[in-house]
Amino acid sequence: MTIIDKTADVPAPRGAGDHEGPLLEVRDLHVEFHTREGVAQAVNGVNYTVSAGETLAVLGESGSGKSVTAQAIMGILDMPPGRIPKGEVLFRGRDLLTMSPEERRKIRGSKIAMIFQDALSSLNPVLTVGYQLGEMFRVHQGLSKKEAKVKAIELMDRVKIPAAAARVNDYPHQFSGGMRQRIMIAMALALEPDLIIADEPTTALDVTVQAQVMDLLAELQREYNMGLILITHDLGVVADVADKIAVMYAGRIVETAPVHELYQRPAHPYTRGLLDSIPRLDQKGQELYAIKGLPPNLLKIPSGCAFNPRCPKAQDVCRTDVPVLHPVTEQDGGELPGRGSACHFWKETIHG
Amino acid sequence: MAELTKDGEAVDPTPSAALDAPVGRGEPILQVRNLVKHFPLTQGILFKKQIGAVKAVDGISFDLYQGETLGIVGESGCGKSTVAKLLMMLETATSGEVFYKGQDITKLSGKALKAVRRNIQMVFQDPYTSLDPRMTVGDIIGEPFEIHPEVAPKGDRRKKVQELLDVVGLNPEYIHRYPHQFSGGQRQRIGIARGLALNPEIIICDEPVSALDVSVQAQVINLMEKLQDEFNLSYIFIAHDLSIVRHISDRVGVMYLGKMAEIGTDVQIYDHPTHPYTQALLSAVPVPDPAAREGRERIILTGDVPSPANPPSGCRFRTRCWKAEEKCSIEVPLLAVPAPFVGKDTPAAHESACHFAEEKDVVHVH
Ligand SMILES: Nc1ncnc2c1ncn2[C@@H]1O[C@H](COP(=O)(O)OP(=O)(O)OP(=O)(O)O)[C@@H](O)[C@H]1O
Ligand SMILES: Nc1ncnc2c1ncn2[C@@H]1O[C@H](COP(=O)(O)OP(=O)(O)O)[C@@H](O)[C@H]1O
Ligand code: SF4
Ligand code: SF4
Ligand SMILES: [Mg+2]
Ligand SMILES: [Mg+2]
Repeated sequence: MTIIDKTADVPAPRGAGDHEGPLLEVRDLHVEFHTREGVAQAVNGVNYTVSAGETLAVLGESGSGKSVTAQAIMGILDMPPGRIPKGEVLFRGRDLLTMSPEERRKIRGSKIAMIFQDALSSLNPVLTVGYQLGEMFRVHQGLSKKEAKVKAIELMDRVKIPAAAARVNDYPHQFSGGMRQRIMIAMALALEPDLIIADEPTTALDVTVQAQVMDLLAELQREYNMGLILITHDLGVVADVADKIAVMYAGRIVETAPVHELYQRPAHPYTRGLLDSIPRLDQKGQELYAIKGLPPNLLKIPSGCAFNPRCPKAQDVCRTDVPVLHPVTEQDGGELPGRGSACHFWKETIHG
Repeated sequence: MAELTKDGEAVDPTPSAALDAPVGRGEPILQVRNLVKHFPLTQGILFKKQIGAVKAVDGISFDLYQGETLGIVGESGCGKSTVAKLLMMLETATSGEVFYKGQDITKLSGKALKAVRRNIQMVFQDPYTSLDPRMTVGDIIGEPFEIHPEVAPKGDRRKKVQELLDVVGLNPEYIHRYPHQFSGGQRQRIGIARGLALNPEIIICDEPVSALDVSVQAQVINLMEKLQDEFNLSYIFIAHDLSIVRHISDRVGVMYLGKMAEIGTDVQIYDHPTHPYTQALLSAVPVPDPAAREGRERIILTGDVPSPANPPSGCRFRTRCWKAEEKCSIEVPLLAVPAPFVGKDTPAAHESACHFAEEKDVVHVH
């Protein structure tokens, strides 16, 4: 009943699959919200790519724009007050933002699926779990009620819900939090999408259940060779499953790196600060490092580098010039694939 | 910043002798014995009939010493918050005792209870809902003085509140602002200032930083540690984040389904756990550092926590335990130093409620 295993080395980055180019490419995405107090600049030029079989973790504190970016990709942004003044979201090379709503809906249902943080509120409380799972097949594949139910049970089995056949007619509230999250995963998997976006999929769960759910997600992703975007504010959660990480701050990607390297050698002061402020499980530390101050108000993001009021390394140039995402290299100029840092002083940060 | 004594007057900030006393020595300030809280499960609207009980806390014992932090960890629903409410006397215990300086406070009422309440304060989890949005920060922090006017006479209150704001690192000029004008971390500081207002000896913190962002979490934890040293406070620190609990705690208790599974110093629990549940819990913690992660053993438990209304017989963990044997379903394991370790000079010799307790290091790389 219990699996004990030695954690294997993190798998080597998986191949890009058989498509040319990345599955999803977000280019210079901007999102703003027009509110009574002013214009909140929630996303300010986000770039990232995900390939088939690859897991990208998007890491950032609350309000950094992780979910808004995901909503823009999915096409489920509240518009208004939201607006996308600029940017492209290329799915297999085609821009989702300029597609007809019809086309977009098709892709959203069957090619890109999303898992939300709060499974209880995303499931309909008055419909059985089996009905909700089956709906995917009835609507998208035209299956009969009976066929859809068989498929629903199969899916529940797939996400390891014990006694699936017996529980298919249960309602969401009859399941525990971990089970409900499995049902959400099952729903996302139903049409075997190419890409899954999971927004804080385990934040509401206990650690032992968190581990079960993350394991399941990683296993299914490997099996189906899906692209996976994993959004989180917890570095630990993604460490085992992600291939690469994008760190967000004030609506921008401030650092990108393969998972291992991000921990070993952060190239942005914000990432370094975050890493230093996490206490350790395996030893008792001294006083915690604390990043001073607060995340910025998106109605008035500081000029220059948005992190400058909190940054221990800030210089005059940081208050005037917005740092671009510089490619990060070894001290001798050797390439570090996949690494980037939006800091004027990335060299000092990683090599200093 | 002025140092506050128990009576609230400012004194020369030289450390008192008590500060230097080793933690965990001397008389416990709080002794909890066989504490039980059952919530009745009823059926029927007009004639309520009790059909069972949620055994939220089902026989818990521990001590808290002056100046120490006792961490309490465990999964959602295991009874942590209920323990906190019982200690705060916000809930009435079904049975059991809580001795504060030798006096059973579960039996107190009226004046005597009020006097004790002053010394035990609480900081809540949610900085967004635990502060009344219609009250100014000054009113919120000063509210305890209404109930205990002896701590701060009317004329002194404003000064006292400003002092408290200063102590928790907020601008004393913010006294007239409302909670919505503060960030989550700042609100948590307001909650802490309020908890400190009556110069308590014990502060019970229920998930005080869980709702905060990582960078702000560190600020609040550092503040709490600083205040503990300054005022020689004893903390009960309830949280589900095991890394934070290790950081702040001197001793740690692990709860499962209303019972204490294991209790000991941070080294005993984290580096030498002997209870299978503690081992599983620790091994499931996601560790960000790849070097500390690889080669680490992971115990993935199957299934969910059973319902506290109908806990398993014998050992409550047996339905998820990979070591369970017949004995586990018959005999309730007692919280005691397990037989193999009794009298041995080893960190494994600490209280653990398991028939087959064995040491197993799950957080270090081998
Ligand atoms: N007033 C109440 N009436 C009935 N049951 C209750 C009541 N308060 C708590 N419980 C139950 O008692 C058990 C313990 O609850 P408690 O709030 O102490 O858990 P906890 O360990 O603090 O969990 P969390 O980590 O989710 O905060 C749960 O099963 C809960 O549903
Ligand atoms: N519908 C909305 N109207 C106005 N502001 C919004 C809306 N949705 C999100 N925002 C704002 O956008 C910013 C980024 O939000 P979000 O992407 O949800 O952050 P997170 O990184 O925590 O997921 C926040 O300041 C949030 O308040
Ligand atoms: S650009 Fe300047 S302010 Fe921004 S992170 Fe780098 S050093 Fe700090
Ligand atoms: S008493 Fe038995 S079931 Fe309980 S933890 Fe020990 S081995 Fe497992
Ligand atoms: Mg979010
Ligand atoms: Mg609780």
